[in-house]
Amino acid sequence: MTPPRDVAVVAFAHSERDGSADGASEPEMLLPVLREALRQAGLAPGEADFTCSGSSDYLAGRPFSFTLTLDSVGAWPPIAESHVETDGAWALYEAWVKILTGRADTALVYAHGKPTAGDPADVLTRQLDPYYLAPLWPDPRALAALQARALIDAGHLEEPPAAEAHAVLPLRAGDFPAPVDGAAAVVLAAGDTARRMCERPAWIRGIDHRIEPQAPGLRDLTDSPSTRLAAERAGAFRAPVDTAELHAPCTAQETVLRRALRLDGTVTVNPSGGALAADPVMVTGLVRLGEAAARIHRGDSDRALAHATSGPCLQHNLVAVLEAVPEGETR
Amino acid sequence: MPEILTAPLTVSFPFTRSLGPVQSAFLTGLRERTVLGVRTTDGRVLVPPVEYDPVTAGEIRDLAEVAPTGTVTTWAWNPAPRDKQPLRTPFAWVLVRLDGADTALLHVLDAPGPHAVRTGMRVRIRWAPERTGAITDIGCFEPYEDEPGEDETAAGKAGAGEDRAREAGHRPAAPHDGVFDAPVTGIVTPARLDYTYTPGRAMSRHLAALAEHRITGERCPSCRKVHVPPRGVCPTCGVPTTEQTEVGPHGTVTTFCVVNIKAKGAGIDVPYVYAHIALDGADLALHARIGGIPYDEVRMGMRVAPVWTGDARHPDHFRPTGEPDAAYDTYKELL
Repeated sequence: MTPPRDVAVVAFAHSERDGSADGASEPEMLLPVLREALRQAGLAPGEADFTCSGSSDYLAGRPFSFTLTLDSVGAWPPIAESHVETDGAWALYEAWVKILTGRADTALVYAHGKPTAGDPADVLTRQLDPYYLAPLWPDPRALAALQARALIDAGHLEEPPAAEAHAVLPLRAGDFPAPVDGAAAVVLAAGDTARRMCERPAWIRGIDHRIEPQAPGLRDLTDSPSTRLAAERAGAFRAPVDTAELHAPCTAQETVLRRALRLDGTVTVNPSGGALAADPVMVTGLVRLGEAAARIHRGDSDRALAHATSGPCLQHNLVAVLEAVPEGETR
Repeated sequence: MPEILTAPLTVSFPFTRSLGPVQSAFLTGLRERTVLGVRTTDGRVLVPPVEYDPVTAGEIRDLAEVAPTGTVTTWAWNPAPRDKQPLRTPFAWVLVRLDGADTALLHVLDAPGPHAVRTGMRVRIRWAPERTGAITDIGCFEPYEDEPGEDETAAGKAGAGEDRAREAGHRPAAPHDGVFDAPVTGIVTPARLDYTYTPGRAMSRHLAALAEHRITGERCPSCRKVHVPPRGVCPTCGVPTTEQTEVGPHGTVTTFCVVNIKAKGAGIDVPYVYAHIALDGADLALHARIGGIPYDEVRMGMRVAPVWTGDARHPDHFRPTGEPDAAYDTYKELL
């Protein structure tokens, strides 16, 4: 289906990747990032037609932390606002749909995460099935390592050298990014508004997201059918992409994604460094979308794919296709 | 800039869930050392079982008993077990397809080291000594040598185990009615998460001043309003606030309520008055208890001042100052 309106990412900003929030509260961490994204788009605080954010209260143990962050967006007089309790990539999806319906022309999308406030190895077990998985406290690295072993057994991944120190065999500490605190913001705009805000808007040609069963034993961990289906539905296979930003919070998972997305040597994968360079949990996926868009803004890419994930072992996957040319101009 | 304050924060809760009929039969079965799966519409046996068919989403209720032995389908060696995980000593995370099941169950395997673990190895359940109807009734898995079969000598040792695993895997699951005495109808999973809380830079500045019995706010450079307590940002304008300003200590009761129900664990006798107080120079009212006056004499416009007790950072309550009441017009915007 052809989207009824052309919608583009026109601005992107993210916090420094230096690790901890350095004593900042969530609103304090977000404020400079929001201001930079709004500056790029030429919007005043509170001026966007729709505001949507992504975060998880569990990360920092603060109930309703997303309501606190509304302090940073200039939410008075009251704004139209929504929140998703997951990575900000899904907030971008909601904002995109909102603009497609014609109920908004511009949207501010942001995400924040303070995983260093707690221990993500404990915290992220709480997203698992409470009956059969959560009581065992399997941390994300353990689950990723089960997936890596399945990939080795299937011949998709090399057996690691026996002499190395392992975080969770077969994976080493360097196979995982260190969780860092961070924030990111994106501005979306429709049609001529986007053209006015940005010299080279990154037009969203399609986004889709798909989810697999939550039980790891019900899935083929060597494959990502949800990524492949989301990519198909987003139009990723209609023409080659030159850039792909992948949200793989473990090296082995990048192998799965490259195969599911049919990325060959002609595609520049993760020019930003990807999730391995910095993993501000709940922000990392939105950063992939932002980085892909920023490459189009800069003229470094004409057609880019961005991917975001959520849940254990790439359970839930979102794929977006961004282009320098909007749908309308190629029809 | 004052030091950024931090404090330990523990979020602890018993995660209480009710069970559907299939989950109830499965977890009750574990208590009775019986492993049940559920048969899907396309004839597969899922262990652990689910209430709805993963393909058709229809209700599935046909239970089947599978063996307490199975085959490892993938594994990961955990050299550093965490407190809440099932074993204290290094162990392997495993997905195990129990004999008779078509899907694998996540659990842990007690093994001497990664050299003793491989995909395809045979394992069996080691039951927890005390079982309550929970996934942890399976204490762990342990390596398992199949009993020597009649064909053992003929087939030879090499490869015989995997042959038998294949045979065992084809052993059909036996239909089971899922009926047990005193079925488990719910689970309670204790959860505890530990954090280091920081209130942020602006709040740290405010709290540092409070320790000196000074109440501070921060002024918005755009609308000029003074926010108390400060949050580092003006919530109306969405711009950072950096100019600190001392407010109060006197203020005006803008509105109040009389509390007649004692909060659990509160050391204050009811009835008492809880009020919004606009401190002099502040553009946002804060809330606090009013003391030093009978509850039925508190009124809007009453002038009050903070009372600190002991070495507490926050005022214990506000007391009347005896000043004449403020005129309504002076605080109506702060209601």
